[in-house]
Amino acid sequence: MTSQDNMSEEHLPEAAHGHGGGPVVSKDGYFADPGLPPHEHRRTDIDEKAARRAERQVAMWFLLSMLATVGFIASYVIFKPGPTHHVFIWPIGNVSPLNFALGVTLGISLFAIGAGAVHWARTLMSDEEHIAERHPIEATPEVREQVFADFRQGSKESGFGRRKLIRNTMIGAMAMVPLSAVVLFRDLGPLPEKKLDTTGWKAGMLLKNMNTGEPIQASDVQVGSLTFAMPADLSEDDEDFQERIAKDALMLVRLQPGDIKDKKSADWGYHGVLAFSKICTHVGCPISLYEQQTHHVLCPCHQSTFDLSDGARVIFGPAGHALPQLQIGVDNTGNLEALNGFTVPVGPGFWERSE
Amino acid sequence: MSTHISDATSGAHEEIGHSEAGVEQKHLGEKSADWVDGRLGVYNLAKANLRKIFPDHWSFMLGEICLYSFIIIILTGVYLTLFFNPSMGEVVYHGTYTPLQGIKMSEAYKSALDISFDVRGGLLIRQIHHWAAIVFVAAMLVHMMRVFFTGAFRKPREINWLFGFLLLFLGMFDGFMGYSLPDDLLSGTGIRFMEGAILSVPLVGTYLQMFLYGGQFPGNDIIPRFFTIHVLLIPGIMLGLLVAHLILVFYHKHTQFAGPGRTEKNVVGMPLMPVYMAKAGGFFFLVFGVIAFVSAIASVNPIWEYGPYRPDQVSTDAQPDWYMGFSEGLIRIMPGWEIRAWGHTLELGVFIPLVIFGLMFVVIAIYPFLEGWITGDKREHHILDRPRNAPVRTGLGVAWIAEYIILLVGGGNDLFATHLHLSIDAITWACRVLFFVGPVIAFMVTKRWCMGLQRRDKDKILHGRETGTIKRLPHGEFIEVHAQLPQEELFRLTAHEQSAPAELPAAVDENGVKRKIGSITKLRAKLSAGYFGPQSQIAKPTAEEHAEITSGHGHH
Ligand code: HEM
Ligand code: FES
Repeated sequence: MTSQDNMSEEHLPEAAHGHGGGPVVSKDGYFADPGLPPHEHRRTDIDEKAARRAERQVAMWFLLSMLATVGFIASYVIFKPGPTHHVFIWPIGNVSPLNFALGVTLGISLFAIGAGAVHWARTLMSDEEHIAERHPIEATPEVREQVFADFRQGSKESGFGRRKLIRNTMIGAMAMVPLSAVVLFRDLGPLPEKKLDTTGWKAGMLLKNMNTGEPIQASDVQVGSLTFAMPADLSEDDEDFQERIAKDALMLVRLQPGDIKDKKSADWGYHGVLAFSKICTHVGCPISLYEQQTHHVLCPCHQSTFDLSDGARVIFGPAGHALPQLQIGVDNTGNLEALNGFTVPVGPGFWERSE
Repeated sequence: MSTHISDATSGAHEEIGHSEAGVEQKHLGEKSADWVDGRLGVYNLAKANLRKIFPDHWSFMLGEICLYSFIIIILTGVYLTLFFNPSMGEVVYHGTYTPLQGIKMSEAYKSALDISFDVRGGLLIRQIHHWAAIVFVAAMLVHMMRVFFTGAFRKPREINWLFGFLLLFLGMFDGFMGYSLPDDLLSGTGIRFMEGAILSVPLVGTYLQMFLYGGQFPGNDIIPRFFTIHVLLIPGIMLGLLVAHLILVFYHKHTQFAGPGRTEKNVVGMPLMPVYMAKAGGFFFLVFGVIAFVSAIASVNPIWEYGPYRPDQVSTDAQPDWYMGFSEGLIRIMPGWEIRAWGHTLELGVFIPLVIFGLMFVVIAIYPFLEGWITGDKREHHILDRPRNAPVRTGLGVAWIAEYIILLVGGGNDLFATHLHLSIDAITWACRVLFFVGPVIAFMVTKRWCMGLQRRDKDKILHGRETGTIKRLPHGEFIEVHAQLPQEELFRLTAHEQSAPAELPAAVDENGVKRKIGSITKLRAKLSAGYFGPQSQIAKPTAEEHAEITSGHGHH
């Protein structure tokens, strides 16, 4: 109890109110704490009529909640689910009546309970302020001493400090046992090996139009448009379609041979038809926007921009290197085919990537 | 029980256990309470807490909003798990949403569509879940700001700050994972982004990627794995942290603002039962009600519009939830630096943003310890600071917020470009410059503003409050009548303490030998001068100054 006695002095106001006009000064020369102001009564504290009105208001909220719950259940039964049922509600627009009715009734049934409870607390429950003591978090010196003494005693009885052999082998065992847990995670996935370096493209593989699924005649690739392609041996029904398309997706453009600034890039194309990886070298979004006058393609994710007339070099944005190009030609029926696989990894950069 | 000692102890029976006498008269409620107390000893807990005092201030409700939105997230999330199928197995859609008829998609996406269209109320619960997540993170950020700007993180609450920090970090990640689960075109784009970020990590990036995705992107494992992490692992950890957080709030007792009758050694307010039970309990329903209402009228993440994920397709306006927007900004404004040497690639354009992302969080976690070290203050603090009275801290906080907002703008550079008719180039470059300059400006402006407010407080104390009444003096001059502040106000405005900067130890010790002062000590003294020097605090007026001026006024 002594600690409380010590403290009680400090939170007593240092001097009483109304002391000859001027402000009351504290020991340190600043203004003194006048202490907690007296409690002021609310209307509902002194006027029984007002209190009864507040009581009715609280009850109204709770009643409203009950009604809304009935409305919720009714809406659940009445309205049909599904995307085809829509009504126009001003000013929100077209909404699903089921979602709207359920949400509004649920919202009201919950909100009304809250409003009732808060109104009750504010008008009818006592709003008198109380003072509680704080006690220091830290233990007293005696308790501290006791704890240390207990610990030393326990430690001595265990012999932990004295029997070095036990101590060291125990630390060793404890340090090693988590290794089993680490080892268990090995089968989360395969090792990277060369998996990221290769794609499904190989010499002699035909290009297939992504939309039609048909092989692509060189003449089908028009100036000014972007054609998306994938390997002919890949089908949407394949088990590993998502994994392969994430690396194999191509985009084809046709440029006037004279517009191609990069000699090697022109050589890897076929009469101005060039094939680039569609996967952005930044963090792997598929590139989708083509500006035909400038021959720039833009990645919609973070706006990396590549110049297809100059070996798909990065001209703006956060990507670190050019889009890889696939060397193409035509087979004896005039269909575009790969003359080689990709010679550099496609997609985002990684530590083992070499160029 | 062994019979031979029962005789000897029978006398003591009445002392252990609530008295059996007079059981008939006891209320049923009392009886069951006694039953529980007999096994759990709850009376001692209740004695300390039923009438526990909580101080009142609107900003103390922010933590409650975090708590309630978390509860809403758990409730709605459990409901969703009953219908959601976290599988990347392929199916062909034949459901009620006609635009996607016959399209191949993952079972995850299909079940998310079914929840939206075929489970009655499923869409509402999905939307409540998503809206609550948005509110949750926003509330955590604002709650953190209130704790920061009032200095509530000081001793003894540093550890609770860390618990809170972890909740914020985990909350953001869990939101990101939830966003990824439906396997629509947007969520897949987020997962791809994450793959690229992981691959950029030097040395181990490709291993981490393979282990997380169970093979090459996208594989068949990432959604089921995210599902377990999203619904079990992270919420479980968060629940533990949250309970610890609240236990510490109870144990430390809540802080309070300075005011008459309020000291460092007491807490003034109203009792938990009944006022806070009613207000806080009621507030849960208010928050839930508002979120339900918003979910009725405002659609969030309409996955059916995006279509299923395919790695070669993208929707042009791919945007993460707002709280991840700053990471999007980091990655967008970073130049595409890449170092290629000795057969390796260091993808700095992605890795540096990843590191800065981490640093933005680390500074939050360590700030209380940093400030404690600089100020050398080892005392407990239960009276909150007004932000103006800690200008350096307030400036640093605003600088962080400014950085966050700049990055948010950077993350929406395309939106800003189209709305403001500027080029993306221009916005990106502006954000790059502002990334470095913005926080500095924000810091300086805020600090000055705080100093201005301190000066105004001082004026108000010394010269009183402007009353708006104009008086004409006998010699014709017009003056505005100033009213003296009441004692309560005078005390409230001067209750904060003003520390002096830490001093360097004397250059020579008591034996006259020159002391070596380490550079760390010097740095600390400098920083301390920054916190407590004359550029950061206006000496608060003493009662004596006040007396001089007020008596001076009398002579007029
Ligand atoms: C799941 C998220 C969180 C929940 C549910 C939560 C809940 C609460 C509640 C109910 C309070 C008491 C009322 C109040 O002061 O607002 C509180 C206080 C506190 N919170 Fe949080 N909080 C969360 C996140 C955070 C974060 C992100 C931080 C900071 C990094 C933080 C730091 C603190 C501190 C230091 C206190 C003590 C404040 C004082 O006594 O003045 N909390 N929290
Ligand atoms: S993924 Fe293409 S710019 Fe980021």
